[in-house]
Amino acid sequence: MAETMAHAVAHHAPPQGFIRKYVFSIDHKVIGIQYTTLSLVAAFVGMALSWAMRIHLAWPDMRLPILGWLSPNGAPGGLMTPEYYLSLMTMHGTIMAFFVLTAAPFAGFGNFMLPIQVGAADMAFPRLNMASFWVTFTGFLLACATFFIPDGPPLSGWTAYAPLSAVGSVAGPGQGWGQNLWGLSIALFCVASLLGSLNFIVTVLDLRTKGLKMSRLPLSTWAWFIDAWVSLLAFAVLLPTCLLLVLDRLGGTSFFIPGGLVFNDQLQPHSGGSPLLFQHLFWFFGHPEVYIIILPAFGLVSHIMPTFIGKPLVGGWKVITFSEIAVGTLSFVVWGHHMFVSGMSPYMAMVFSVPTLFITIPSVIAVLVWVFSLYGANIRFDTPMLYSLGFISLFITGGIGGFFLAQPSTDSYLHATSFVVGHFHFTMGLSAIFATFAGFYYWFPKMFGRMMNEKLGKLHFWLSFIGVYCVFITMQLTGMSGAVRRYSALVDDFMVPLIPAYRFMTIAALLLGAAQFIFLYNVIWSRFKGPKAPDNPWGATTLEWDTTSPPPFDNFGGRQLVVHHGPMEYDGDESLMQTSPEPSIAGT
Amino acid sequence: MAGKIFAAIVVLVTLATAYCVIAHVWWMPVDISVHGPKIDQQLEETMLVAGLLFVAGQVVLAAFVFLYGGAKNRPKQIPGGAKYLVLFAFLIVGAEILALSFVGSKAWGAVYFEAPDPNSLHIDVQAGQFAYYFRYPGPDGTFGALHPELINEGNQNFFGIDTDHDPDAKDDIVTAEMAIPVNKPILLTLHSKDVGHSFDVRELRVQQDFVPGLIIPIHFTATQTGRFEIVCTQLCGLGHYNMKAYLSVLSQADYDDWLKKQAAMQ
Repeated sequence: MAETMAHAVAHHAPPQGFIRKYVFSIDHKVIGIQYTTLSLVAAFVGMALSWAMRIHLAWPDMRLPILGWLSPNGAPGGLMTPEYYLSLMTMHGTIMAFFVLTAAPFAGFGNFMLPIQVGAADMAFPRLNMASFWVTFTGFLLACATFFIPDGPPLSGWTAYAPLSAVGSVAGPGQGWGQNLWGLSIALFCVASLLGSLNFIVTVLDLRTKGLKMSRLPLSTWAWFIDAWVSLLAFAVLLPTCLLLVLDRLGGTSFFIPGGLVFNDQLQPHSGGSPLLFQHLFWFFGHPEVYIIILPAFGLVSHIMPTFIGKPLVGGWKVITFSEIAVGTLSFVVWGHHMFVSGMSPYMAMVFSVPTLFITIPSVIAVLVWVFSLYGANIRFDTPMLYSLGFISLFITGGIGGFFLAQPSTDSYLHATSFVVGHFHFTMGLSAIFATFAGFYYWFPKMFGRMMNEKLGKLHFWLSFIGVYCVFITMQLTGMSGAVRRYSALVDDFMVPLIPAYRFMTIAALLLGAAQFIFLYNVIWSRFKGPKAPDNPWGATTLEWDTTSPPPFDNFGGRQLVVHHGPMEYDGDESLMQTSPEPSIAGT
Repeated sequence: MAGKIFAAIVVLVTLATAYCVIAHVWWMPVDISVHGPKIDQQLEETMLVAGLLFVAGQVVLAAFVFLYGGAKNRPKQIPGGAKYLVLFAFLIVGAEILALSFVGSKAWGAVYFEAPDPNSLHIDVQAGQFAYYFRYPGPDGTFGALHPELINEGNQNFFGIDTDHDPDAKDDIVTAEMAIPVNKPILLTLHSKDVGHSFDVRELRVQQDFVPGLIIPIHFTATQTGRFEIVCTQLCGLGHYNMKAYLSVLSQADYDDWLKKQAAMQ
């Protein structure tokens, strides 16, 4: 069945002409590179926004002429207004969460690698795949367009809580067309994610090559597969939520706006809506979303590690994969932990607290698998492995913060403090970024046919690893003393004594950001000048390494692959390619 | 070499973090509420449990990276394989989670599951962009009804009460600062006139959102006199960072004086 489908669906003629080859391409590899490039651009935009915010927090009088140029109203003379700070913060969260963290490790690498890893010539629905990218791209353009409209970007945070986000300009600046564009941008992102998820699921189910049983899937493909299901169910809820929000703003509806609201002494013409409904819908998406971000990271690290430790992960494919399935499933019953102080029933808080704590069990199992797989290994410290190790450390640190925020009693103190911001930057922000870097350094030779510079890669790692801890541990710990997040200036009695700590974080963040230019230089230099990559530079086992670097248009040059065993099998010290006919070795 | 550097950085970060936590470099401010110690105790217990996991996780990671970096032996798996790891996660972490859940529910219940004292002092709190207003019921002990359409900041009718026709509203005392007597149970009803806000007094260990359309009760008892910041922690617009008021916890006599003065100013 799988073979028939492979022949029936995934084969299409090589593209002709520049536009069909590189722009509106239906080749999953080109689409993967497009997604990755989009994420890279988005990541630098998001990072630049965070620099502006951090500089403003630490030195509020410092002028940033570029901001004055970008927004004469938002930053007159280069001095940021409070509302512009919130706009930058909103767009930082939006761009990073959606267009970087969701897009890069899933859509970017997934598109490029998943069909190759299952031995297919392309995704199940190549045209749908092209549509996914271009819809995402349009969404990104809409998000970026908010910077150039008179009212500027929205300021209600990436969570866009109603009614602030729903009532329109009466709620103050940053609530005009920027918020409409934001809603439409995210709605488009949802559509693209739904299409992409379907494509991933069908490709894994139907296009696996001969002999590639589910139990023999590479761990990255497993993670993308599980992630696609979570994505499918979560984005299906965010999409209508965004549309209802835009309807409240433009269509005069009151889904999220209750009656009796007064702005500037004017009673608003809304009634009957519920702000808590918005929060429930948003977080029903929002919590699975953090796992949508982190599950591909689990997969990337689990996929990369065995090659660099010279043996399978402890527990084989099963333990890590079932942990991921458990995490993905539980992620749908924990959303209320974002709402402990929201006015939701306090009994519901207990109901949401328990699964939130229990989701740590499969997460702990995954961490134990990675850590204890290092026992008795022959670790090779190439850059992809360093980033995988960095991921494990950051994920442990981030996960620990979860214990505090999963409990309503402790959360009622820590909620909305920078403890939360530090926690989620570790857990789903930087962990996922580090895993993405691991994937980038690992797959760059395959994607572009050239090796990246190892020395620059390692330098990038050391600076990033130290920088991340300097910024975010400080952020998390200052939250313990009650530092409130989302403040555009430090004027409270509580905040003023923290200014030195904020300045330390700002300097560290700027250095951390500067280190990313080493990466950018390495990418651009290696793309054109790097040494030619062999087919299998790392000595890996999965199908993407069983073809040329970069792979030909149909991935395997017309070869029909037959897989004989799983991705983590070894003959003594030698790793076995999945297509290698040697019998599998007992115990692996 | 890379492995040793990695291990060193991880250990250094772990020690620095542990120092900051143990030395309380950044720590919760002093608690001034009856229920607060339960929350603090829960937080400290969580810190112990989670802190041990943090240190253990990082140190084991560092140790393995240190020990097995560039080894030339034939790779081997940990004895027993994943069995013990899964058991550890279920038994040890599971037990910790259950313990935290049960003990933590008590701390949470102390705030939310117990009914407010019937003799509580009831204060009505309204949040709006970007200020809080507090309303005391006056000698009749009853609040006037709210009429959002009557809200008029120019006339200082922040709550939208009808002092002309509503006898309950006539003696309502509206203030921009909040004062309460020490050791007296307090019941707040929180409501917002526009967008979401929050009522956060760190020393009271009370943080509760205002949700437009809802009236949310919360109760507490302050145990120390002093002046404390009430800050908004729910993003509410451009003035969010500067939305605050002060809570004065006074002796009963001082409170009575204060209320008299406020009543005279209405």
